[in-house]
Amino acid sequence: MIRLQNIHKSYITGTNKLHVLKGIDLHIKEGELVSIMGSSGSGKSTLLNILGLLDNHDDGVYLLNQQEIKAMSETKAAKLRNDLLGFVFQSFNLISFKNAMENVALPLYYKKVARKKRNRMAVEYLDKLGLKDWAEHMPNELSGGQKQRVAIARSIITNPKIILADEPTGALDSKTSIEVMDILKEINASGITVIIVTHENDIAHMTDRIINLKDGRIESIIETRKVNRTESSKIPQ
Amino acid sequence: MIDLDKWQEITAALKKNKLRTILTGMGVMFGILILVTLLGIGKGFQNNIQSSLGNFATNSTVFWVQRTTKAYKGLPRNRFYQFTNDDIVAIKISVPELENIAPEIDGWSGGATNNTFRAEKKGNFRIKGTSPEMNMVNPVDVTAGRFINENDLKDYRKVITIGPRVQELMFEKDEDPIGQYLKVNGIYLKIIGTVKPLSQNMGNREDIIQMPYTTLQRLYNRGDKFYSFLATAKVGESVDELQNSIFSILARRHNIHPDDKQAIGNFNIAKLFQKIFGLFNSIGFLFWIIGLGVLLTGIIGVSNIMHVVVKERTKEIGIKRAIGARPAEVVGQIINESVFLTTFAGFWGLVLGVLIVEGIGKATEGSVDSQILNPYVDINVAFIALGVLVFFGVLAGLLPALKAIRIKPVDALRYE
Repeated sequence: MIRLQNIHKSYITGTNKLHVLKGIDLHIKEGELVSIMGSSGSGKSTLLNILGLLDNHDDGVYLLNQQEIKAMSETKAAKLRNDLLGFVFQSFNLISFKNAMENVALPLYYKKVARKKRNRMAVEYLDKLGLKDWAEHMPNELSGGQKQRVAIARSIITNPKIILADEPTGALDSKTSIEVMDILKEINASGITVIIVTHENDIAHMTDRIINLKDGRIESIIETRKVNRTESSKIPQ
Repeated sequence: MIDLDKWQEITAALKKNKLRTILTGMGVMFGILILVTLLGIGKGFQNNIQSSLGNFATNSTVFWVQRTTKAYKGLPRNRFYQFTNDDIVAIKISVPELENIAPEIDGWSGGATNNTFRAEKKGNFRIKGTSPEMNMVNPVDVTAGRFINENDLKDYRKVITIGPRVQELMFEKDEDPIGQYLKVNGIYLKIIGTVKPLSQNMGNREDIIQMPYTTLQRLYNRGDKFYSFLATAKVGESVDELQNSIFSILARRHNIHPDDKQAIGNFNIAKLFQKIFGLFNSIGFLFWIIGLGVLLTGIIGVSNIMHVVVKERTKEIGIKRAIGARPAEVVGQIINESVFLTTFAGFWGLVLGVLIVEGIGKATEGSVDSQILNPYVDINVAFIALGVLVFFGVLAGLLPALKAIRIKPVDALRYE
């Protein structure tokens, strides 16, 4: 699903050149549940942004769904994001003046799905996430966990191939974090590739594979699949 | 076209800071209001002048007798002469660019005493001798009966047309004056028509009694003499040349020195009209400039606000792009907002402007002293103004929108 070869990325700030990603090689298969870990400044968010076509890489090869991603027009990138990807953010990033249902339906708007149909679908997805009764509520009337569930519903409504989650539990308490992770695992179980960026060990250990980043390089990759199979959703202490 | 989400976004963005939106909108509103009001008032000025000119032929010239200032052919200077009916015939024959020539003779008004009687009624009116062609040069509105014609002229018929004031004073409201007689300066004259002046300042009056100039010459012992006439040039002919041709004929016929321009009073009305119309075009142009200037200021305000709005919503735009909004959709949305704001504000400016112009019209209606007559907002002007608004609305939104999509989605998302 995702194949990275020698991906480099640097940022130029004033006269300084900050080399953030220093040659990332990575292969993520379809249906995987992967976490990317690292301390702040390790390049994990940059990597996720490149995976999510929100940013361009400078060098290297990025194959997304067998398609090479090179410098492309923003229009094309927008279409790929809309078709293939779903985003979940740490700060939820819901549109404040739209209610839960409209937020969930928004990606379908960009797919030109008719209003009635997309609102019906949005309610269905909210129902799946136990938020049917909250469909008409505005984001500021929802708790953090509820907001994140709305955001997740929004990310999966287009039936994407990959969910990219940037610190999805970063703003949530541990109980809600587990709920959100359970949802993401459920989504993964339905065949969607899920990639989670986190700096929390316990969250990372709920995924099948942990990719540890340090200073722009992959330090280690830990397979946790077997552990997870047996321990289900318990968090290792 | 009507996309609920689009409208929701537009109103949501504009409602977010109501005061700011209203103030910005007012900039545009006042712009269009001032533009529309100025143009409406300009139209009112123009109507006022045009009504005082009536349908007066714009390609005309007037001649009148004066005293000679040069001795010529043994005749002394300071000599008095008069035009004759033969002059008219001669001019008609030998001036090809002539369209109409209309002599007129001022008869006596009775001074302070009444000159017109009918049974118990009496009045003091202005008596004039005129010609059928006068109605081509300085037209009147024939409200009943007919104007004086060639046969009246040829046969020295004792017929008259009367103005509204005459009718009012000499007849009862329900009386038909046509066919009735008025005793004017001791002579009974038959009324063949009632006429209303179309212009206020060009010699047509309400208290006028007109008869064929030949009749007046005969009744008042004027021989074949008269003092002044109006002439118009054919379409496309120069009034200047018409003047020169007529001048040389008159000079020859009356033994006036060819260089004695003072001897024949003459005024090129066409030039006056050109000046007046030129003035109006300048004023109209000035009004457009002022109005558009004010409007532009308002629109720059909108563009400013759109910059701020876009900046405030950078993150939101980032989110939308992350979930699949194409740049064109982002730009379109911002332009929608800007166009909506400008046209909505502009529409109210237009409505207010029309109301103000109407108000001025109502306030000045019937007032003789007013320099403004029937001001109105040209529907074309309204459409042009709206077109300008939409155009500038697009422009005001386009710059901030393009700026918004130049930011990479990742940076937009990170924006706080």
